[in-house]
Amino acid sequence: MQLKPWLAGAALFAALAGPSHAQVAVKGAWVRATVPQQRTTGAFMQLTAPVATRLVQVRSTVADAVEIHEMAMAGDVMQMRAVEAVELPAGKAVELKPGGYHIMLMDLKQPVKVGDAVPLTLVFEGADKKRQTLDLQVPVRPLGASAAPPGH
Amino acid sequence: MSFQPLSSASSRRGLVLGMLGAAVLAATACQKAPPTFASMDLTGAEYGRDFSLQDPDGRTRTLADFRGKAVMLFFGFTQCPDACPTALARAAEVRRLLGPQGARLQVIFVTIDPERDTAAVLKEYTHAFDPDFLGLRADLPGTAAVAKEFKVHYQKVPTGSSYTMDHTAFTYVLDPQGRLRLAMRHELSAQDAARDVGLLLSQAG
Repeated sequence: MQLKPWLAGAALFAALAGPSHAQVAVKGAWVRATVPQQRTTGAFMQLTAPVATRLVQVRSTVADAVEIHEMAMAGDVMQMRAVEAVELPAGKAVELKPGGYHIMLMDLKQPVKVGDAVPLTLVFEGADKKRQTLDLQVPVRPLGASAAPPGH
Repeated sequence: MSFQPLSSASSRRGLVLGMLGAAVLAATACQKAPPTFASMDLTGAEYGRDFSLQDPDGRTRTLADFRGKAVMLFFGFTQCPDACPTALARAAEVRRLLGPQGARLQVIFVTIDPERDTAAVLKEYTHAFDPDFLGLRADLPGTAAVAKEFKVHYQKVPTGSSYTMDHTAFTYVLDPQGRLRLAMRHELSAQDAARDVGLLLSQAG
């Protein structure tokens, strides 16, 4: 299982980045690799919030613009739209995965390659409107990777 | 911009179609039935008859170039983080599942975003999935023409300082005689897709 080390790495990083017990848990985060001149890609992960919150923004130094998108099928037409936030109910795992929500990294400054770690800052906003950030280093999977890591 | 998830109606329709299909199968089980596909059967369609597009080396390619092979034809764009890589990863898996028969399958990715998808990026992109995949493009009027011929809907949608594309997410399958035969829905599994392509190839002998 060649993918295990990065899974462990992602888990370790999330643990290090999250000293607060109210921290949103991140599992199986990955970014899709790009080829030269391809200026957009997606980031995917599973988020579980201990207390209800919303993912309202994502920032990254690798891209000039980052949006949260939802993919949906209208009949057999694929549509993607920016959404203002992703609701994270307390204790419920919410998937950002192909076919649903994804974090759209746009105007990439350079291609992202397998082996890279992409810095992402997730911004959450609780019911009290207070914002919390969570920094991640997200591993890159091949462009041709399917929906979920093995064993997910 | 507000956005309603739109998937439930189409999955219900899929279920109803599936039940109808099962009823038809049951009714015809005693007769010699033609092969049934997990994909939508388009046999006899009077569209999707041909294309004329440029490959990354600047050569004009038409369907006749692929006689003797089944063709999986997908319309998409490379700046697409979700549906397009999922469809191409499935196509790569189909080729793998077909084993030696996979050599008789040509996968073609036609960009509906030729302004951003240059020949160079198309080549790199398709090769990242499988070196035998072919990326094809045309100028804007040529793109509109091929989309019309294959009843593919596409539309530029502004987002932030950039844009994304809505587009039909079918993968079309043409048989080794170049006839449009199947449309694979985005949700179809690689296993079912491989079985359908295998059936088309074995029909062709």
